[in-house]
Amino acid sequence: MAKNKDSISYVFTVAFAVCLVCAVIVATAAVSLRPLQIKNKEVDFKQNILAAAGLLEEGKTVEEMFEQVETRLVNIETGQFSSEFDIDTFDPVKATKDPKITEKLDAKVDIASIKRREKYTEVYIVRDAAGDIDTLVLPIRGYGLWSTLWGFIALEEDFNTVVGLGFYSHAETPGLGGEVDNPKWKSQWPGKKVVNDSGELALTVTKGGQADTTSPYDVDGLSGATLTTNGVNNLVHFWLGDNGFKPLLDNLKAGGA
Amino acid sequence: MSEARKVLLLPIIKNNPIALQILGICSALAVTTSLNVTLVMCVALTAVTAFSNLFISSIRNFIPSSIRIIVQMTIIASLVIVVDQILKAYAYDVSKQLSVFVGLIITNCIVMGRAEAYAMANPPVPSFLDGIGNGLGYSLVLIFVATIRELFGAGKLFGIEILPLVNDGGWYVPNGLLLLPPSAFFIIAGFIWLLRTSQKDQVEGAEFKIAKNVNKEAL
Repeated sequence: MAKNKDSISYVFTVAFAVCLVCAVIVATAAVSLRPLQIKNKEVDFKQNILAAAGLLEEGKTVEEMFEQVETRLVNIETGQFSSEFDIDTFDPVKATKDPKITEKLDAKVDIASIKRREKYTEVYIVRDAAGDIDTLVLPIRGYGLWSTLWGFIALEEDFNTVVGLGFYSHAETPGLGGEVDNPKWKSQWPGKKVVNDSGELALTVTKGGQADTTSPYDVDGLSGATLTTNGVNNLVHFWLGDNGFKPLLDNLKAGGA
Repeated sequence: MSEARKVLLLPIIKNNPIALQILGICSALAVTTSLNVTLVMCVALTAVTAFSNLFISSIRNFIPSSIRIIVQMTIIASLVIVVDQILKAYAYDVSKQLSVFVGLIITNCIVMGRAEAYAMANPPVPSFLDGIGNGLGYSLVLIFVATIRELFGAGKLFGIEILPLVNDGGWYVPNGLLLLPPSAFFIIAGFIWLLRTSQKDQVEGAEFKIAKNVNKEAL
């Protein structure tokens, strides 16, 4: 130990030693735990897809339940399935920020306030015994009051009836906008229709307490959370509309994509 | 009471870091909406305080005083990152809810306060116990606050329904304020009041006396 604890060389030696030891500890923890963390994230993501499609069962692992789900890459613009990227390595969340495959949205059409929309994304398909599409799960996102809500909406084989909707990431006010996670609120969604008989997008999240309960198109908003409710309405409209998955849904309704 | 027991148990009631030392209020406001999250936060903070005290105390004679705060911060920050990584790997759901607040343990005044006030001047073992004791004192207040907030704000404890909510067809109208951070101020203040009613020696002397109202005779 140096005699003079305040000499410059001593201060630097101690600082360097402390940094070195700490850096090694932090790096070891980060590297050794990384595989587990990535797996957790994947399981969480898959769990939300399953929840939206109503496929969650007690007593089974997420991996087992996810085996029945088929992941397909979709070109959002043309509404066709695509093989532009390898589906196993494609990261749909990263894709939303990749300048190469996203493009800036015109403020007029950007009702969900997402600014950029990716050209390719993943959709998730559950097939019935005959091999036809039984449930189609689409990723959706958009701005609420404080945060971007990330979630999924699942549609039945007619590509018009909602199976379920759920968000896996948001930061809305707990107890108010955060009630988008409330199972009771989410239970309104199954059975609602996306377009009406004349083919117009009719699914609407109304202001809290103002939904026509007999209408197959109205979902009651969250009372006390008007801006979150508007956000959900906008993002559902965006992703089921012309700039979202409408081309894909039209193709599928016509018999294939 | 032996010295070790004193160091461990005093911070819980007699010298509570939140109620008496008024340290670490920030996270007490942010992470007390549900008990599950609160408990994980308490364990994380106790671990960080205890081990940062231990490590800082073991090298306290080598730390030049001119950079001591930086050295303390480096050790605390490393521990917090390790805790955050472990949570992400083994308690993913909770770590998602805690989000930035685990990282913010770095700025929690208790950790830094104990390192500077106790660990820099005492041997490693008592410092470790002091860290655990202060962590427990912090936990006591957080659990108290979280129990009230979750029970009356969401009608649940540990996510299990206790008071059936009107929204779900029950009878209890939840108090929405309790789910927002300001409510923790009221509850912590209530806690401090209760504590100081039973532990009179914690009451601080008034900083100034209010002058008597001028009465008529004086005029």
